Amino acid sequence: MKRASPVRQRFAALGLLGVPLLTYPLLSLPGGSLAGIPATYLYLFGVWAGLIALATWVAERRGK
Amino acid sequence: MLSGWFVAALSTAYVLVLFAVARFGDARADAGRSIISANVYALSLAVYCTSWTFYGSVGRATSGGLSFLTIYIGPTLMLMFVGVIIKMIRISKAYRITSIADFIASRYGKSQLLAGLVTVIAVIGVVPYIALQLKAVSASLDVLFQYSDDKFLPWWLDSTLLIAAVLALFTILFGTRHLDATERHEGMVAAVAFESVVKLVAFMAVGLFVTYGMFGGFSDLFQRAAESPELARLLQLDSSRAGTWTAMILLSGLAIIFLPRQFQIIVVENVDESHLKRAVWLFPLYLLLINIFVLPLALGGLLHFQGQNLNPDTFVLTLPMARGAEALALLVFIGGLSAATGMVIVETIALSTMVCNDLVMPWLLRSTWLQVEKRQDLSGLLIGIRRVAIAVILLLGYIYFRAAGEAYALVGIGLISFAAVAQFAPAMFGGMYWKQGTRAGAVAGLLAGFGIWLYTLLLPSFAKSGWITSGFVEQGLFGISWMKAQALFGLSGMDEISHCLWWSLLANIGCYVGVSLNSRPDAVEAGQAERFVDVFRHAQRETDSRLWRGNASVDALVGLLERFLGPARARQQLGVYAQSRGAKDWHGLPADADFVHFAEAELAGAIGSASARVMVASVAQEEDLGLDEVLDILDEATQVRAYSRDLEAKQQELEAATADLRQANDRLRELDRMKDDFISTVTHELRTPLTSIRALSEMLHEDPRLELEARTRFLGIIVSEAERLTRLINQILDMAKMESGRAEWTTGEVDIGEVVRESMATLGQLFREKGVELAGDIPDSCPAVLADRDRLTQVMINLLSNAVKFVPGGNGRVGVRVGWDEKVVRVEVSDNGPGLTAEECVVIFEKFRQGGNTMTDKPQGTGLGLPISRQIVEYFGGNLWVESQPGAGANFIFTVPLPAPEE
Repeated sequence: MKRASPVRQRFAALGLLGVPLLTYPLLSLPGGSLAGIPATYLYLFGVWAGLIALATWVAERRGK
Repeated sequence: MLSGWFVAALSTAYVLVLFAVARFGDARADAGRSIISANVYALSLAVYCTSWTFYGSVGRATSGGLSFLTIYIGPTLMLMFVGVIIKMIRISKAYRITSIADFIASRYGKSQLLAGLVTVIAVIGVVPYIALQLKAVSASLDVLFQYSDDKFLPWWLDSTLLIAAVLALFTILFGTRHLDATERHEGMVAAVAFESVVKLVAFMAVGLFVTYGMFGGFSDLFQRAAESPELARLLQLDSSRAGTWTAMILLSGLAIIFLPRQFQIIVVENVDESHLKRAVWLFPLYLLLINIFVLPLALGGLLHFQGQNLNPDTFVLTLPMARGAEALALLVFIGGLSAATGMVIVETIALSTMVCNDLVMPWLLRSTWLQVEKRQDLSGLLIGIRRVAIAVILLLGYIYFRAAGEAYALVGIGLISFAAVAQFAPAMFGGMYWKQGTRAGAVAGLLAGFGIWLYTLLLPSFAKSGWITSGFVEQGLFGISWMKAQALFGLSGMDEISHCLWWSLLANIGCYVGVSLNSRPDAVEAGQAERFVDVFRHAQRETDSRLWRGNASVDALVGLLERFLGPARARQQLGVYAQSRGAKDWHGLPADADFVHFAEAELAGAIGSASARVMVASVAQEEDLGLDEVLDILDEATQVRAYSRDLEAKQQELEAATADLRQANDRLRELDRMKDDFISTVTHELRTPLTSIRALSEMLHEDPRLELEARTRFLGIIVSEAERLTRLINQILDMAKMESGRAEWTTGEVDIGEVVRESMATLGQLFREKGVELAGDIPDSCPAVLADRDRLTQVMINLLSNAVKFVPGGNGRVGVRVGWDEKVVRVEVSDNGPGLTAEECVVIFEKFRQGGNTMTDKPQGTGLGLPISRQIVEYFGGNLWVESQPGAGANFIFTVPLPAPEE
């Protein structure tokens, strides 16, 4: 039987990581603001961008 | 100043560019040089961002703060589970599936009922969404002209109808080029990707303009908003809405693959599975970029237009207009137009395929009045039906838009649509991963979910618009309080979308699972379940051909293909198929199961799998396989697969074992040969001294008159030969013990310098007798090594006695030197004897090989000393070798490793 591809498994792991990070209760943690920008706004976009960056790394790195 | 004509000209120019891009894409596809790269594919996915995103997100942000982001986080997370999407693509390619309705129908036994049901749900759920796009375009035009004095030209009153007509034309031109719906519409995809870029650029431009042009950047905006208590609320998340947040992520995650247009772009228009790898990150990145400025725009609009009661959905346009930035406003208008048209085009293509294949075709094929059975070429009719379907869908959208106007039923339709297509999820996921799911279960689940969606979401939205009485929402149906449409069974405290999603999915999944477990699939269903769930496992041809039994004629099947695909296309596909089977011409092919499957798949691409099944069954005499038989065949196939896997594994094990055995055998043979050699050599070596002893003894025995002097000499020789014999036998025993590992070693700390000095003292007499000079260079204290003292002495004596044997008497010289570094102690014994050739340097370490010419000279040793010495040294982890050149003496060197320093 063909084994599931490691790239696909890495993506799925990223998805599973993203679910708790981008939902409650973790979302209620950031509060206040940083340099005038609300921390929640920074947190949401930061985690989102982080996930995308990791996915880019998984997808685009060469070779194995 | 914005005149109607100018806007009209600009819109026309933009649409012309769109046509040009699509034409270019199609031309390249026809030339075989597809422009659909991974990037284009990823961008085309952004058809997800409709005008509802472009204008509506800002509106949502003015009331719900950051919660609008869930609509884009859901797709980001869903795309990470790329295995699911690849499975959908693989199945669709293998069975030429062209729409989500076809997918579900095909999985559950190619059921026309299911196909129709899914199509109806999709049309009801999505047509209002198309209307919303038209409304967005119309609203954006209103805003543009609100600031201008220009009077509209009469036909501008219905600019939306005009736009709908142009979109219909575009969709017909680029969306129905081929009859075979599995054929990709590369021009359309290219145009959609182009539109995605336009809307992103437009939105980012207005975002930058407002954030940095009208305000002093992010922190300025946020700080000014924070000062007003009403706006400050938008900057914080409301934890009491945690459930809604999660529900929206789930809903949008499902929508990204189950909306008909998304299924069309992700699955049907996919050129290469590997493109998905790019889309997994590029599409979320697109979503992130288009959302960065949504909240700033919402806050900016609220701050700028305080108290003016402007529709926040139009902030994107009104903000630049308020500052007189007309060029930017036009760019935004074009961006909004892109968002709307892209969605409408793809959605219409997807819906028209579904309507044509799953609603109209089944009816046409059954109705007698059209005499479909008799008509020769139906391909034109099919294309015609699709084109009409496109026009009708757009017209429906337009009518709905006109009828609904500002009603809630239109404004809120975005999420209502999402909730409708989310009903496909149980049947889709179950179909791909659960063989037990049956058609009855899928129908029950879809009906239950759709019913609850209607009752809790769509009808209340009509009631809110005042089209029907709202009694069932406020008091419950017939006044029964637990039947309140948006607080079913008293479940309240949720917003309407989460409420609907929760109940509809519960009912949907419950019915699907419950009914599936309590119903038996028929034979076709069981086969399809196996094919869908195990699509990655193997090439299905083998099992497929066993699952069909009957008689068919090639002519009838080819006739069928020609009627539905058109003669030219049919011939072309037949040619490709014949080649894949290694035949020159399809005429000679047998009408076997494989051929029937090929024909059915081709037909499925054109008219959907359910209709294709009916058509093939009408021309072939098929034997009805019972469910049990089908299950037997499938089980057998599964077992055969398992066995063949086992066999393969076993075979590999056997091969490995055989290789090991062969190696061991070779080694044994080698050892055996060596033993034989050894014995014959030993025998030879033993015979030499024995022969001389015997010869001399016989002489003594037979000649009693031999003189005393000769007797003494002979007896001396006999004694020395006997000694040699004893030595030889001792050494052979020694060697044998060492080789068999039974030698006794007493390992202890040994001072090599002492060993060397003692050995030199022992042999000192011998050297002096022969007049050979023995010089030692031995430091007083040498590091101790771990070794057997007696054995080392044996090595040393062997080397010294060899040296004394070979140096010339009188002026011979033998030098001994001891040295060491961090790792080893090194002992050298050098002489000024005749030296050794390179070849001899090697062979003297073999058993029974001696230095000097053994043919002419009397052997001077046993030929075992050096091999034994080498074995001793190697036993202690060292080396013994010789460095020499003929005529330049020999230098025997051995090393013994120092014990590793304790850490």
